[in-house]
Amino acid sequence: MTHYEKELHRIRRVVYSNEGQINTVIGIRNYIENNYEADLNLDLLSHIQCVSKYHLLRLFKKYYGQTPRQYLIDKRIEKSKESLKNGISVTETCFAVGFESLGSFSSLFKTKTGKSPYQFQKEQLSRSKID
Amino acid sequence: MKVTLISIPVRNQEKALQFYTKKLGFIKKKDLPLGGGNRWLTLVSAEWQDGPELLLEPAPNHFEPCKVFQDALMEAGYPYTQFDVNDVVAEYERLIKLDVQFSMKPTEMGTVKVAVFNDTCGNNIQLVEEL
Repeated sequence: MTHYEKELHRIRRVVYSNEGQINTVIGIRNYIENNYEADLNLDLLSHIQCVSKYHLLRLFKKYYGQTPRQYLIDKRIEKSKESLKNGISVTETCFAVGFESLGSFSSLFKTKTGKSPYQFQKEQLSRSKID
Repeated sequence: MKVTLISIPVRNQEKALQFYTKKLGFIKKKDLPLGGGNRWLTLVSAEWQDGPELLLEPAPNHFEPCKVFQDALMEAGYPYTQFDVNDVVAEYERLIKLDVQFSMKPTEMGTVKVAVFNDTCGNNIQLVEEL
């Protein structure tokens, strides 16, 4: 066993010894992965895993380093990029990945990627024409 | 400021290019001569071609401390860097068939699954899947 592997086992004992908590957060992450387009909120997520919402928030942040909301937003932005690349309109994309207003989607998209969704789509589509 | 490049020290750029493209599946992006047989050689992920570039740099051949550090990491089994995959076990099985040597088989670490292989150019590389 390498020195690195021994270190991993040590860290696992320290950080990842609570199997119940790990199963809870993995369950939440999977739920977000499969339902990112739905109207997700902490009440719903905590209900699914039968834990209080504050506990859930703390646990998720502890194991994934982000809040469920931040995780969900990154997921939606990633999915919206795929959708825009496939030529789906900005408006349709916005609602298909779960955002509720075009304004908040556009400004969030710009903050996260440096481009507006329109600009991003234009570049992607012109790039595929050149190829 | 933007993060667009990750560099990996390699002992032989041509050998690294073959390994990273033919076995790992990266795509060559930039390749220009820097004199003395050295190249500015970068790769991108096939599935994320506008993502960060991976620079295969010949530093260990020109700067002794880099070689010492790289050797020490290799001996202790520490990965130089890590790449994200959707399924560590599937990737492990694919690479084993291509004669890639693993120092650590797929191992669960709480909310991630990891494995470590030898890139044949002086580095251990970790594969990681978020669970």
